[in-house]
Amino acid sequence: MVTLQHYLVLSAILFTVGVMGVMFRRNLIVILMSLELMLNAVNLTFIAFSRYLGSLEGQIFALFVMVVAAAEVAVGLAIAVAIFRMEGTVDVNEIDLMKW
Amino acid sequence: MEALIFYVLSAVTLVSALCVVLLRRPIHNVLFMIMTMIGLAGLFILLQAEFVAMVQLIVYAGAVMVLFLFVIMLLNLERMSFPDDPRAVRWWGGMVLAVGLLVLLFPVFKAFVPHVVGTLTQPGSTVLSNTQVIARELFTTYLLPFELASVLLLAAMIGAVVLARRR
Repeated sequence: MVTLQHYLVLSAILFTVGVMGVMFRRNLIVILMSLELMLNAVNLTFIAFSRYLGSLEGQIFALFVMVVAAAEVAVGLAIAVAIFRMEGTVDVNEIDLMKW
Repeated sequence: MEALIFYVLSAVTLVSALCVVLLRRPIHNVLFMIMTMIGLAGLFILLQAEFVAMVQLIVYAGAVMVLFLFVIMLLNLERMSFPDDPRAVRWWGGMVLAVGLLVLLFPVFKAFVPHVVGTLTQPGSTVLSNTQVIARELFTTYLLPFELASVLLLAAMIGAVVLARRR
């Protein structure tokens, strides 16, 4: 019997793995991918609640989260390409123009 | 049965997510991210959200991850080295195994074709699919966020084109 808590625990673990990726990786592309992983974990929470509460709003909101995530990935990757053209690397430790 | 499918899918998703974060080469990260997306789409279908699952496969695994692959290729983060062609025996062995797998799985696929049992439905009481229900909600109650989402996508598209332009 799969309860809501199963899905919530899975979503929490996925979110934590995404946060670890954002914090501990230095490649900007992998950081953006870990951000996508966090958004997917949140989507899973929305859909799980939508199913177990009988409401449709969770699925609608998950669709909008996907829209926002796709837009953000496009802009983030464009920034990564621009940074690579300027600095020659996508290592976030090397991008320190604004460091004081 | 549902618990078994849930545990298998969640194991696949978790292992793939860990591989996304822990592996060194960006190409491996992207491929395991696609695997995570597919696992999550399976979980969405298990939660009876078929439309969202298909949108996840088309948009996330089909478009966003391909965009990641393009950017990785564009930035030359991976040096592409094409391997040699496999030997003939390996090629033919692979073909025979693939055909054998298809033959083995054919009854399983055939069992999933929906059979229309002869039930008479009242004209007027229809069973709405997940897509129809979401479409109805999206175009009536949530019309404003829907239009704003399209404006957001337009803004993101313009921003991405401007940012990635060659000077």
